[in-house]
Amino acid sequence: MAHVSELISTDIDSYLKSHEEKSLLRFITCGSVDDGKSTLIGRMLYESQMLFDDQLSALKNDSKKLGTQGDEIDFALLVDGLAAEREQGITIDVAYRFFSTDKRKYIVADTPGHEEYTRNMATGASTADVAIILIDAKQGVLTQTRRHSFIVSMVGVKKVLLAVNKLDLVDYSEDVYRQIVSDYSDFAESALDIESITAVPISALLGDNVVERSENTPWYNGETIMQYLENIEVQNQRKQASFRMPVQWVNRPNPNFRGFSGLIASGETKVGDKVRLHPGGKESTIESIVTWEGELQQASAGQSVTITLNDEIDVSRGDIIATPTDPCGESDQFQSRILWMSADAMIPGRQYIFKSNTQSATLTLGKLKHRIEVNTLDHLPAKTLELNEIGVCNISLDKRIAYDSYDNNQTLGGFIVIDRLSNNTVGMGLIDFALRRSENIHWQKMDVSKESRAEQKSQTPKIIWFTGLSGSGKSSIANILEKKLQALGKHTITLDGDNMRHGLNRDLGFTAADRVENIRRVGEVAKLMVNSGLICITSFISPFESERKMARSLVSENEFIEVFIDTPLSVCEERDVKGLYAKARSGQIPNFTGISSPYEPPEKPEIRIDTTKLSAEAAANQIIEFILA
Amino acid sequence: MSHLDALEAEAIHIMREVVAEAENPVMLYSVGKDSSVMLHLARKAFHPGKIPFPIMHIDTMWKFSEMIDFRDKTAEDLGVDLIVHINPEGKEMGMNPFIHGSSKHTDVMKTDGLKQALDKYQFDVAFGGARRDEEKSRAKERIFSFRTSKHRWDPKNQRPELWNLYNSRKNKGESIRVFPLSNWTELDIWQYIHLEKIPIVPLYFSKERPVVERDGTLILVDDERLPLEEDERPMMKSVRFRTLGCYPLTGAVESEADTLPEIIQEMLLTTTSERQGRTIDHDSNASMEKKKQEGYF
Repeated sequence: MAHVSELISTDIDSYLKSHEEKSLLRFITCGSVDDGKSTLIGRMLYESQMLFDDQLSALKNDSKKLGTQGDEIDFALLVDGLAAEREQGITIDVAYRFFSTDKRKYIVADTPGHEEYTRNMATGASTADVAIILIDAKQGVLTQTRRHSFIVSMVGVKKVLLAVNKLDLVDYSEDVYRQIVSDYSDFAESALDIESITAVPISALLGDNVVERSENTPWYNGETIMQYLENIEVQNQRKQASFRMPVQWVNRPNPNFRGFSGLIASGETKVGDKVRLHPGGKESTIESIVTWEGELQQASAGQSVTITLNDEIDVSRGDIIATPTDPCGESDQFQSRILWMSADAMIPGRQYIFKSNTQSATLTLGKLKHRIEVNTLDHLPAKTLELNEIGVCNISLDKRIAYDSYDNNQTLGGFIVIDRLSNNTVGMGLIDFALRRSENIHWQKMDVSKESRAEQKSQTPKIIWFTGLSGSGKSSIANILEKKLQALGKHTITLDGDNMRHGLNRDLGFTAADRVENIRRVGEVAKLMVNSGLICITSFISPFESERKMARSLVSENEFIEVFIDTPLSVCEERDVKGLYAKARSGQIPNFTGISSPYEPPEKPEIRIDTTKLSAEAAANQIIEFILA
Repeated sequence: MSHLDALEAEAIHIMREVVAEAENPVMLYSVGKDSSVMLHLARKAFHPGKIPFPIMHIDTMWKFSEMIDFRDKTAEDLGVDLIVHINPEGKEMGMNPFIHGSSKHTDVMKTDGLKQALDKYQFDVAFGGARRDEEKSRAKERIFSFRTSKHRWDPKNQRPELWNLYNSRKNKGESIRVFPLSNWTELDIWQYIHLEKIPIVPLYFSKERPVVERDGTLILVDDERLPLEEDERPMMKSVRFRTLGCYPLTGAVESEADTLPEIIQEMLLTTTSERQGRTIDHDSNASMEKKKQEGYF
């Protein structure tokens, strides 16, 4: 079964020919810590003779130095590639390994078992055709077994091989094996959406039932792991699904050629086929399918091609070319499942970036419907999602996109959530369905407009958004500012923490999630004030850059003036007008900005006031100068 | 669809994503066989258009002369923009692996040289031909591999990479290294070169060449800069190279393989891994990870 085939030395040309015909199978190994995932992969590489002499001698050296198997070879050291992993003897990140047999080439994602690295496990699962879930025969089905199985099922892996490992440590007991298989089946049937589950009793360390059938398990008549992998039919569901190609890039080398390049996500198409273009729904026909090798008559899922159309239609990156007989849906609001992947909790109401296939949009996460407790599969109420937690929530985008549900099409229904400041990928999302209400809400068109209301007051409406630490002087300056504006005949309103928190926002506390919601509401109210033609002064700590950006995005570009009251923490604390810092320091006020909750200074405020150099009066004058300029 | 078709389609998809989203991408071109495959795939990805980015070679002044000839001819034949960068400080100090040692030579000429060039031309995305089967820390690396503004890689804090959906967002000064050949193996590369008839540097094929033996390694006498010991005489041997780099740091193997099928046959029957010919990996097991953290490709 190894790549060392007789043909290599006798007839290399025939060998190469046969290698050309091999298919590709991607699988992951997962399960709890110490279930033997890395050992199993190391064993498969070893048995398929994919190890070179120098790698083997390095492995033997390492096994003596770092190994956990006494004088035996510790196969896990083959795959744990990072220095920290080898030192700690654990797997942190997913590692990709390759081996081939006469029939297939395999890409293995070896995924970490520790709960804190679940996001890396999901990375491995997202591209897998098959999942091998390992269970330690001495431990049985563990929390992490359930968690990984749930994620495997959630990302749509349909074939699972249950490897009951370390059977040598339970004297190859059939009873132990049967019990574990039965426990797992009970869980899987009630909770998972998996097409087929096949169980195999193995010892990865000793090689039982990995490649060759073991004599130690005479009671087992099924396939070995390698036999399973060689024979499993991975249904080409993508090919059978409806035609979809997200446009990656428009190829325009000269005025006579305009092609749309992309990887066909599903289905197939041929020259002359009618297609629909999303979003929008215009139709055209396929004129040609261009590749470097020449034009094709037809192309199908998995191929990277360039398509030209018979009509001059405006198509750009992010558009989807689809079949008109089963077009994509289009919407801007969805129910979705989300796996949170960042140490900073998910915050409903906050804006993130949405990316799905080649489409990007601004994303607002709605309130969580519930969180799924993976151990019990209970639906629990939750306000946020912490790292590695899974929840269901509605999302809304700033534009309509073409979509399919994830269950129907992984490319069109899967998305990632990106943090706007760090640009990190913080969440994995799966679209369940579009929310109908986005199609039913239409903005009421009004004859009286923001412009006409402002004209009536002879002023330009604005939001003057103060931000700064507690005690920095926001309210004092805002108060003087409003008096001066009124004296100049301007129509104004001030929103501050007290009048908002005693009324509209009295249901909110001071956790990060509540702070975000507080500022979201302030932003919306301020927007209404601007629409009514007023100059609206807001005075809130507003500690997070992303919420200030969100408030800014609610109004036109010149209508938002961010005023950063830049008073150092030490000065605020020394002033401590309301005695709050003293209380926060003694632990009586939790989540106090600057002490136990972060403050993110603005990146580019329109105005920055240094209160250690400027009086409140002078500061107010500076602001007036700016806005009336 | 065969596995090579799948790997090709994946690599083309990756390249198009970069061109669609990057501001100023570049392809790192090492003149080796993997670079040749990458360049060939780029031609396919953007056909019938031209390759929409320059290729860049970080020259160390100690590359095999045949590599330099091949590089210049390839750029001319394909009509791609070729940037060659040599670390001027290294050049000034007369960097010489025979005097300064391999590790310092690599640090200054390759790692520092690369960082200098990326900064100089303000490239925000750089393609590299590295594969996950080459080395253990590479096996852990993402296809879109994020670098800080100081070009550092943080292996413990990589972005999750789901499906074939790549997050190419970054702040000013930060950059991304992209590896379209991540999922290819050495055999895949050779097979693809064979099938697609991709030109490669002749040094990969066996030929009588003048070599000297040092600490069990055969070093090619590529030019007059190789300091010969008193009793050392270059001998003519039929040799070839499994990997190409700086000639003083790259060992030749004795071989009769002068066709691609023979090379592949030899590779499949051989019992040492590809990078063994390179001095850089030998120092310690984690040396590649450390080099990568410091900005090496």
